[in-house]
Amino acid sequence: MARMKFLCDAERCIECNGCVTACKSEHEVPWGVNRRRVVTINDGVIGAEKSISVACMHCSDAPCMAVCPVDCFYKTEQGVVLHDKDLCIGCGYCFYACPFGAPQFPQAGAFSMRGKMDKCTFCAGGPEKDNSVEERTRYGRNRLAEGKLPACAEMCSTKALLAGDADVLSDIYRERVTRRGKGADMWGWATAYGPAPGGPKPAAPTAPAAGGTKS
Amino acid sequence: MMLTKTSSGAAPSRLRRTSSGAPAGTLDRRTFLKRSGMVAGGAAFASQLPYNVMGKAEAAADAAAKVEVKRTVCTHCSVGCAIDAIVENGVWVRQEPVFDSPINLGAHCAKGASVREHGMTHDSRRLRTPMKLVNGKYQKISWEQAINEVGDKLLAIRKESNPDSVFWVGSSKHNNEQAYLMRKFVSFFGTNNCDHQARICHSTTVAGVANTWGYGAMTNSYNDMSNTKCALYIGSNAAEAHPVSMLHMLHAKETGAKMIVVDPRYTRTAAKADEYVRIRSGTDIPFLFGVLYHIFKNGWEDKQYINDRVYGMEKVKEDVLAKWTPDKVEEACGVPEAQMLKVAEMMAKSKPATLVWCMGQTQHTIGNAMVRASCIVQLALGNIGVSGGGANIFRGHDNVQGATDVGPNPDSLPGYYGIATGSWKHFCNAWGVDYEWLKKQFVSQAMMEKPGMTVSRWIDGVMEKNDTIDQENNLRAIVFWGHAPNSQSRGFELKQAMEKLDLMVIIDPYPTASAVIPDRKDGVYLLPACTQFETSGSATASNRSLQWREKVIEPLFESMPDHTIMQAFAEKFGFGTELSKNYKMISFERNGRKWNEPEPESILREINKSVWTIGYTGQSPERLKLHMKHMNTFDVKTLKANGGPCDGDYFGLPWPCYGTPEMKHPGSPNLYDTSKHVMDGGGNFRANFGVERDGVSLLAEDGSHSLGADITTGYPEFDHVLLKKLGWWSELSEDEQKKAEGKNWKTDPTGAIIRVAMKNHGCHPFGNAKARAMVWNFPDGVPQHREPLYSPRPDMVAKYPTHDDKKAFWRLPTLFKTVQDANTKNEIAKKYPLVLTSGRLVEYEGGGEETRSNPWLAELQQENFIEINTKDANARGIRNNEYVWVQSATGMGKIKVKALVTERVAPGTTFIPFHFSGWWQGKDLVGKYPDGAAPFVRGESVNTATTYGYDSVTMMQETKTTLCQVERYSA
Repeated sequence: MARMKFLCDAERCIECNGCVTACKSEHEVPWGVNRRRVVTINDGVIGAEKSISVACMHCSDAPCMAVCPVDCFYKTEQGVVLHDKDLCIGCGYCFYACPFGAPQFPQAGAFSMRGKMDKCTFCAGGPEKDNSVEERTRYGRNRLAEGKLPACAEMCSTKALLAGDADVLSDIYRERVTRRGKGADMWGWATAYGPAPGGPKPAAPTAPAAGGTKS
Repeated sequence: MMLTKTSSGAAPSRLRRTSSGAPAGTLDRRTFLKRSGMVAGGAAFASQLPYNVMGKAEAAADAAAKVEVKRTVCTHCSVGCAIDAIVENGVWVRQEPVFDSPINLGAHCAKGASVREHGMTHDSRRLRTPMKLVNGKYQKISWEQAINEVGDKLLAIRKESNPDSVFWVGSSKHNNEQAYLMRKFVSFFGTNNCDHQARICHSTTVAGVANTWGYGAMTNSYNDMSNTKCALYIGSNAAEAHPVSMLHMLHAKETGAKMIVVDPRYTRTAAKADEYVRIRSGTDIPFLFGVLYHIFKNGWEDKQYINDRVYGMEKVKEDVLAKWTPDKVEEACGVPEAQMLKVAEMMAKSKPATLVWCMGQTQHTIGNAMVRASCIVQLALGNIGVSGGGANIFRGHDNVQGATDVGPNPDSLPGYYGIATGSWKHFCNAWGVDYEWLKKQFVSQAMMEKPGMTVSRWIDGVMEKNDTIDQENNLRAIVFWGHAPNSQSRGFELKQAMEKLDLMVIIDPYPTASAVIPDRKDGVYLLPACTQFETSGSATASNRSLQWREKVIEPLFESMPDHTIMQAFAEKFGFGTELSKNYKMISFERNGRKWNEPEPESILREINKSVWTIGYTGQSPERLKLHMKHMNTFDVKTLKANGGPCDGDYFGLPWPCYGTPEMKHPGSPNLYDTSKHVMDGGGNFRANFGVERDGVSLLAEDGSHSLGADITTGYPEFDHVLLKKLGWWSELSEDEQKKAEGKNWKTDPTGAIIRVAMKNHGCHPFGNAKARAMVWNFPDGVPQHREPLYSPRPDMVAKYPTHDDKKAFWRLPTLFKTVQDANTKNEIAKKYPLVLTSGRLVEYEGGGEETRSNPWLAELQQENFIEINTKDANARGIRNNEYVWVQSATGMGKIKVKALVTERVAPGTTFIPFHFSGWWQGKDLVGKYPDGAAPFVRGESVNTATTYGYDSVTMMQETKTTLCQVERYSA
């Protein structure tokens, strides 16, 4: 069984926001709710500017699940962290616990000022029947059930954002890093999925000497 | 400690997902690679989702719904990203990435990923019905009334004044068929006063590049950039303007290519560069020739290539070595010698190297010279006509290349045929109309052969004193057929011109800023056109590939396709039959009237039969549709189909695709490439400027020719005389000989001259000549740096002054020196010390009306802003995110924008994106739009504050270097 993960390659991300609008379009996410967004650090600083696309990372050991007082979160067999909007009380604990700022609280909702929590579903819908109207209107499209990957990663303009089985992602990323000889830091990976066995750094290898980088 | 609650180990079973919905087999490595559009080493996938499979999968989910998959192409930039639109019962419900597309491999930027919004009707900001301004308010009218009233008014103006009193602004967002029809339509109306966005986009490129080596277009392709070893971007922010092109560049980078970005701003593109070079805005020539200085000094130029294929490089070398020594370069553009040398060495020693430019280089009073300086650098290094090299000129709109090639240009008929008598006769023949009839539609034969005004200057066509303009009457009416006025400079004066006109007609999917800028009570009509997703036709991407769009959905609301509206007006004007003689017509009733739509395929067939010059003749609708269906068979790096029904073709038959479709030319992936046979897309530089100049031959040297050519030296273009001399005339059939007698390859209606030259003898129909480093027919034969009219450096103005004024230039007096001298005298640079430059944001396109009306995009950029350096902000007491006033250096016009205090720009430079409109000098014009049609996001247009200044060859507007002052906001 595949273990689904996201990986954003900061060497490739150009902050084009393709992932953001792909998500908006696919799920018709309303104005003000941002399941995914792109963050740029060191904006305008020569040689130091980097952009990364951020959403729910579907953590291995998800803090949101740990803190939810009504236990509305669940994890699919593929490692996707989903939640049930019927159980959610909009308390916002998950928002405080999340290291990525993923949970969103639409203002229009039944419970308190916060309404129901909404977040990235890894395009895997919710607890309702796959691809039912109910699932689509409450959680968005269920691409995984259709044999597709998340829209954001599928449409990424530079293939910076990858989504899919962790082993495959690692292979692709390792190959890239080897070829270009830099960019081994997978942002957020360790926070979401824990350190790779045998070292503090995640799976990416160290850079080989320049010159060996041409394929 | 595990953070997961232990109790959740046995989560309630109702929350457990069944695995039936997510079959594990669908997400194995193979599927993943396929769906992520990943390329391994640049090779395309052998196995891809076949065309139309997705439709079936969807249909299975809801058996009752009628689900179709329509293949279309994004309309937001020139990369040409393919999209599969999922249409359920006629409603566009989803869009899926087309991993098969060799151009974008499924990838999209923010705009491309959001095009489905075009099909959404709830809360749509589209113009829904025809509207008429009555006493300052827009009122709904019927199409019948609109065609009649607008038609009558235009006819009256034509009668009272003359046909030159109406200016027609066409569109780079029209497809090829519509753009071509527009040029024909305007000709039949009787004027050359038509233009489109290419004027203010890449007109300087087209003129400069065509005059250098033959064709005014990107020489290679986005895909070919993955073959480069070094890329120099100058005046291009591809990461925001052409994001998907970065896919190919980043692939190249990962296989060892170097990337250099030269720009006054540290852009998102610069953030990906190995070397970022900051230059002062408008000093591209000092930079480029500074690079060339080191190339010549070190003997890094390609001497053999220059000898064989370049004319006039010696003159350039003398000029460069004398004028652009490192100290002069640093003084002018601010780059120190060490960095100049480093860049020169990177370019010279990493071959092949490519050079990319966009509006940062074109939109200047000397844009024509700047682009030629770029060409010269590439010629010196022998990088043109080479895979991985080239002048990769990224065009803007999705079909700006196509509209330039076959659309409404004031100085040319489709295919750059010009407007001389012979050109008119060629097209009259193709159109099936009588030349004498057409001539009578114009004021006179002289006006028929005089280039019209340009879209950059129509304002002056209205406002100039009548005795100073080079036509009988001033402009009295304007038709904006898919054009955002806020993309034009001198917005302050534009408003006055709009108010002076008798009539304004706006034909567009959105009301556009034209609907709200002028304070008018009447005389404005808004007619809803549909988007390219609501019709079909071909579009030419920047790399010259043509792609056919299927109609995704029926036109929304009461909107109509542009070519159908053209036919309706042609019928009203009395030349409906003439306009559509060769077309299959589709007649139908809609919106309360009967329409006759010229079938797009048959318009393309007419293009195929007439536009020989640039090879728009081989791309029949059938061939294009076949390519769209079998995208998976094309290689990503070469764009060539290996096997399959398109075997040997290059994707989209990139023009020139010479001869008849039956000749099966495969298209030209990289122009002027002598390493290939002409029947495999190879070529050489064009013989378009005579065969000698002052006793020096302009033809290529011995041994320099396209692969396998029967003539192994330079030769002129082919005509009936040359064929006879060579003894090849007998290779034409008797019938062909009759029709080709007295003709050349561009006017032979049979295409036989081309066939004999190319197919039988491997020769290029346009001859085999040298590229011109020295273009004697331009104001500066060797490109010269000249300071902008609004220069921040009076000391540099003294050394590098601008041109003299021109009296009648594209029918209008045009000022250079007068403005620059006045600015020096009035110490404008002291009063307005900050350089103001403008550019793009990834979320928006062009004037932004369409994209600011798309909520998914609008949410991402909700206000216009000015980038200002921390130092300049602090000196003015300006804090980040506060409103400021930006004062135009003309003293007229000020705009209210948010301050973005940043190090992206250097002290002394400011930047404002140009996609905003809907505010006027601090005031939101929301109430002036038709009800419900105001874009979600409105803002101040930077061009309200831009200034005078036009290119000395093409009338390109100067928007990249002007001056301003920034102050804290006060109401």
